[in-house]
Formats: sequence, C-alpha cells, structure tokens
Amino acid sequence: MKSLFSLVVLTFLLLTTQITEVFAQSLTIYSGRSKALVDPIVNDFQRQTGIRVNVRYGGSTQLAVALLEEGRRSPADLFWAQDAGALGAVTQGEMLQELPESILELVPEQFRSENKTWVATSGRARVLAYSTVRSSEDEIPSNINGLTDPKFRNRVGWAPSNASFQAFLTGFRLLHGDDATRDWLRAMRENDAQNYVNNNALIQAIAAGEIDFALTNHYYLFRYTESNPNYPVAQTFFENGDPGNLNNVSGAGILKTSRNAEAAQQFISFMLEQHAQRFFTENIFEYPATEVEGELPGGVTFQEMLEISPQVDLDALADLEQTIRLLREVGLL
Amino acid sequence: MGVLPLAIPGYVMAYALLGLTGANGMMATVFGLELPRLSGYWGALVSISLYTFPYLFLNLRAGLMGLDPALEEVARSLGYRPHQVFLKVILPQLRPAYYAGALIIGLYVLGDFGSVSLMRFETFSYAIYLQYAASYDRIYAAWLALMLLCMTGFALVLEYKLLRGLSFYRTGTGSSKRAKTARLGIWKYPVYFFVSILMLASIILPVMTIIYWMMDGLDGFFWPNLWSALGSSVSASAPAAFLAATLAIPLAYIGVRYPTRSTRILEKMAYFGYATPPLALALALIFFTLSAAPILYQTLTLLILAYTLHFMAEAVGPVRSALYQASPRLEEAARNLGYPRFKAFMKSTFPLLRGGMIVSMAFVFLSAMKELPITFLLSPIGFDSLAVNVWSYSVEAMFAQAAPFALLILLFSSLFVGLLFAREWSQK
Repeated sequence: MKSLFSLVVLTFLLLTTQITEVFAQSLTIYSGRSKALVDPIVNDFQRQTGIRVNVRYGGSTQLAVALLEEGRRSPADLFWAQDAGALGAVTQGEMLQELPESILELVPEQFRSENKTWVATSGRARVLAYSTVRSSEDEIPSNINGLTDPKFRNRVGWAPSNASFQAFLTGFRLLHGDDATRDWLRAMRENDAQNYVNNNALIQAIAAGEIDFALTNHYYLFRYTESNPNYPVAQTFFENGDPGNLNNVSGAGILKTSRNAEAAQQFISFMLEQHAQRFFTENIFEYPATEVEGELPGGVTFQEMLEISPQVDLDALADLEQTIRLLREVGLL
Repeated sequence: MGVLPLAIPGYVMAYALLGLTGANGMMATVFGLELPRLSGYWGALVSISLYTFPYLFLNLRAGLMGLDPALEEVARSLGYRPHQVFLKVILPQLRPAYYAGALIIGLYVLGDFGSVSLMRFETFSYAIYLQYAASYDRIYAAWLALMLLCMTGFALVLEYKLLRGLSFYRTGTGSSKRAKTARLGIWKYPVYFFVSILMLASIILPVMTIIYWMMDGLDGFFWPNLWSALGSSVSASAPAAFLAATLAIPLAYIGVRYPTRSTRILEKMAYFGYATPPLALALALIFFTLSAAPILYQTLTLLILAYTLHFMAEAVGPVRSALYQASPRLEEAARNLGYPRFKAFMKSTFPLLRGGMIVSMAFVFLSAMKELPITFLLSPIGFDSLAVNVWSYSVEAMFAQAAPFALLILLFSSLFVGLLFAREWSQK
C-alpha cells in the first residue's frame, strides 16, 4: 500500500516536470474550434513549419473565461475561437495584442476586428433551408420579416437556444435595433414557429415533413447532400445584407503575454493561405476569409458572399446579454 | 448492470430520449406510436433520473449487504409479516444509505448541465452557464455559484438533522451471519418486469442510440486514436477514484466515530466541492494554482486533484454507510489486544469498509470518465480523453464519429466496474 502510494506520487512529479519543459519550445493554442474540424490542418502546419503546436481544445466560451481568469500568467500564445463573441470578450479584457498590418490586410475589412486584435479565419453563414417537396424557391420571401406572413404559419422551424441562432439575433439587433428584433420574435412566435434543439434537428425535421422551412447554418445540409444528392432539402439566402444571412466568423488573435508571437503570426498567416482556406471550404464546407477561386458552398463566389452578408461590427457580436434578455422577454428561453 | 447508466453522459441520454419521442422519433417511425416530445421539466426529470438512480441503488445495495440478517429474523420471530419487516425494520436501517444517495443525486441535479440544456429546462447551473456565455461575466456567475453553495448548505443541515444520534452497528455478542436469499414467489414476475424496463430505458436505449449514430455514418467510418484517448481518460480517472476513496475514509471516520460539530462540518466540506458548478470550480483552481503553485498548472496531477476534490462527495457516502455498520467494539478489541491505533483500524474496521470503498471508486471513476468542463480547462495541454472526443464530434453533429468514443467509455466503464465487483461475486 505504502509503496504503491509513493509510486503514484513519483509518477505525478515526473509528469509535472516533463510537461513544464514542453511549454518553453512550442506554440500553445487555445482552440474553441473543435478538434473534429481542424485537427488535419493543424497537423499540416506542424509538418510544413516544423513548429510544434500544443492545442487545448474546448468550448469557445469556456476557454475565453479561462483566459480571463489566467490573466497575465496564461500559457497560451494564440486564441482561436469558433465565434466573434468569445474573441470580443478577450479583447475587452485587454489580453490580445494588435496584429501587424501584414496579417490584417490579408482579409477584407469586414473580416477583422476594429481593434485590430484578431482576424477571421473562416465563416459560417445563416441561411433559410426549405423542403424541395412541399415548397420551392419562388415561395421564399426576400427578407427575414417575410416569414411572419400567415402563409408560413406553423411551417417554419428555429433553434432559439442554439448559439448560432443567438449570434444571428444579435446581428439583427445591431442592424435594426432592439424594438424591431422584439417585434419580429413576437410575430414569429404568433405565427407558430417551431422550436428545435439544434441545426441538425432542423434539417432532419424538414426531411421528415414536420416543417417546411428552417433558419439554420449553411454547412449542415451539405453533410446530407454529400452522401445523398436527392436529399429533399435545399437552402437559400435572403436579399443582400439581410440579417438572416449573417456570416458568423471564426477567428484568431495573439495573446499580449505570448512568448512566441512570431510563431503565432506564422500560424495565422498559414490559416489564411490558399491551402488552409481551401481546406475550410472543401472539407468542412465553411466560407473562406480570403479570396478563394471558383465556386464556394452554395454556388456563390467570394465577392458575392461578401455582398450577401450584412455588415456588422464583429466585436459587437459579443453582446449576447441583451439578446438573451429579449429571448426571455418573448418567452423563448 | 445497475452501475452502468452512470457512465452515460447526460447529453447522450437526452439525445436518446429526444430521438425516441416526437412526431419524427423512433417510436413513431418504428412502432407507429407517437409520443409527445419529451422536453422541458418532464424531459429533464426523466433523463436525469435514468442516469442518476445508480447513486441511490449502489448506496442502498452497500447498506443492504452490510445489514445484519439477525435483525430481520428477530422481527419475524416477534410476529412481523414480511412486508412489515421490510417497512419497519429494514427501511429505517437503510436511512444513512438512503440519505447519502439522495443527497448526491440532489446535488448532482443542481449542478447538471448536459441534460437540462438539451431539454431546455432552465435550472440554476444553466443560468450560471448562460451568464458566462452571454456576458463573460465571471463575477456575477461567481455570485450565482455562491448561492448554489448556500442551497447545498441547507441540504446538508437537513441531512444532519435527519441522521443525528443514529447507530446501526450490532451491539450484542457474536458476528452477523450470512443472509438468506429471499424467495420472491409469485412476485418474481413484476420484479423482473420492472428491472427489465429500467434496464431497457437506462442502458439499452442510449446504447442503441449510439449504435444508430455509428450506422448513420455520413462521412465514412474510421477508427481514430481511440487507444490514446482511452489511455488519457484512464490515467486521470483511475488515480482520482483511488485517491477519492482513500481520502473519504478519514473524513467519514471522524464524522461517524467522533461526531462533534466541527468534525461534522469537516465531513460535509466534501459536498461543497461537489456542489460547485464544474466550470466555476475549474476557474477557481486556475486562480489558485497560478498564484500558489504555478508549477502544477495544467498538469495531470492538478487534473487528478481537481477530480478528487469535485467527486469526493460521491466517495464519502458509501464509505460512511459501511462505517455506520462496522462496530467500534471490534476496533476497541483490537486495541485491547495490543495493536496501535492505526494498525487496529487497518486490521479490524478497514476490511469491513471494502464493499463501501469499491462502490466509492466505481462512482468516482465513472463520473471522471465523462467529466467535461474541468477536463477542458485543467488537463495537461493536448490531453485527449474519450469524453472530450465525444463532445468534440457531437457538438459538430458528427455523431457517427462520436459514437466509437462513447461506446468505449461504456465498454471500459463496465470492464472496470466488473473488475471491482469481481471479488464480491466470486465470494457468492
């Protein structure tokens, strides 16, 4: 018993020393982007640059809060988040350093933070998915307010508790103000919009005939159509600049306390090069943050995609609090 | 079998129930039976009950096994009918086990996040999470967490009042004999029926859901780094289970044998670690280690200590129930025979605690295997556990890839629990 215990203690000490050694010589990333999505491209970076990368995967929110708690002692060099909100929060905590112009100018203006603390690496657009059996593109309203029309009663699904829906709603507020957002939510509710758990459930519900339309993220559908081209669901955007087309970006910023800022900059540049951008578009069906030749998911070009998405201040998307208050007021949360 | 539901992550259970019911659910498509979609309060209630009942089951079981059958026989000989024996003699004897189980479940529910978020029933922990997610406001969330701890305090005071002054060990001479297996007779069938329904809902249903995910593979099937993930999971969960069960003994010991106000409070401290929402606990530990022992930060050691702190309460209950039934006379006899204090305890009482300790270890191991927020924030960097993988894939709705990891959690958990209980079974 006693010897077993000392063995355990000894192992602990060994592991402890080993791990602290690793910290000094490599790039440490806190990634809110899940391993399932980005692991291959992170490995490509390691292979091509020879820089060792240690990644802590977790939820963007949790990692952002952890960074704020760690403060100046954070071992992280780079924060790569799934949504603008988390990056905004860390920026507000004054923990991210200003990026050099050489990186900022790699992406269009709307894809960088106004504080110059982070840039987008790829994006996920909001779309309207619809049944190809019980509806068609002609029936689709030109803007998101059209969905409150009585002819859509009981036919539209959404996921009010889902983070991507809430980001969209924050975009709505930034574009049209709180009152318009509240009115829209009320009208949708009175029009019997159906609640679902997440985006995936929405797509499946359309296929199963429970609903005919759904407000969802653009890339879920491709997972179904990839294996089954006759899948009875399609998707489309609203008119250019409509909040219903919000492009919610993932992005990366470098910590002020980073001791490997150069390697971190190399990482961001790598993610903005064609190779990585193609990976995001072709393998995980996202929208690129820099110009990529040819057709993007959903059959649009990069330039068209920029015009479709509404222009919102990405850092302001961090203000989820008021959005959640609105959802509660209307009784959706 | 009764332990396994503990190994099922809350959100898997919630997904399973959500997939079963509703107009497009499995019941509707396979059996043409349209059940209303389980969500909100009832959804959360059913889902949480299905994977937390083992806490009560195992506590009660440990209590029942340690029960002196002579009590029952005396009651029978004094003219009680079997059901009277059960109600008036056995149930009251099980009180410590019952309270311990109920307390753990109560506190678990206060802190559960996976199920309630999917079922969209806003509990306290959900509110705390929203506070972090919506405004990154650590201060306000910390206040909410403190309120949660106050509620825990109330629950603990209640338990204390209920257990005061009880003793359950035998005081007569002789030792307890082996219990006779009860004959169920005609009651066999309803009992079997009930047990099978429970198994179906709590184990088979979620396992079927996982297997269904696997078959539904849209992106092609692959066997990723399952083994390294398994290694990580076990390397943190097993030591934590061992450590928690070991540390639970002195805590329970002073609480049961030297019940003064201060020892009571000490024993109850374990529950506060459990009731603190994991995210808040992880943040607190980040703050603490960075200022007090930065060398420990993000090491396996810290992760194991964090698991131990958080899950200690699960370990205290079973050990304490076992202690209630172990007579202090035995230890006194050992001291009389010349053993020093510690040795006397090891020779007389410790062997009696083995059953309780096994249950404790099983609890902590299973909980640690599926734990998420603490693992995310405190694990060594690059730590790649099974639960983290399940979460990582299922959050992207890549259920087919999440499935092998989820199955492996279940498989390995049953293996571990099987090993723990193997001794007990072989004695029968």
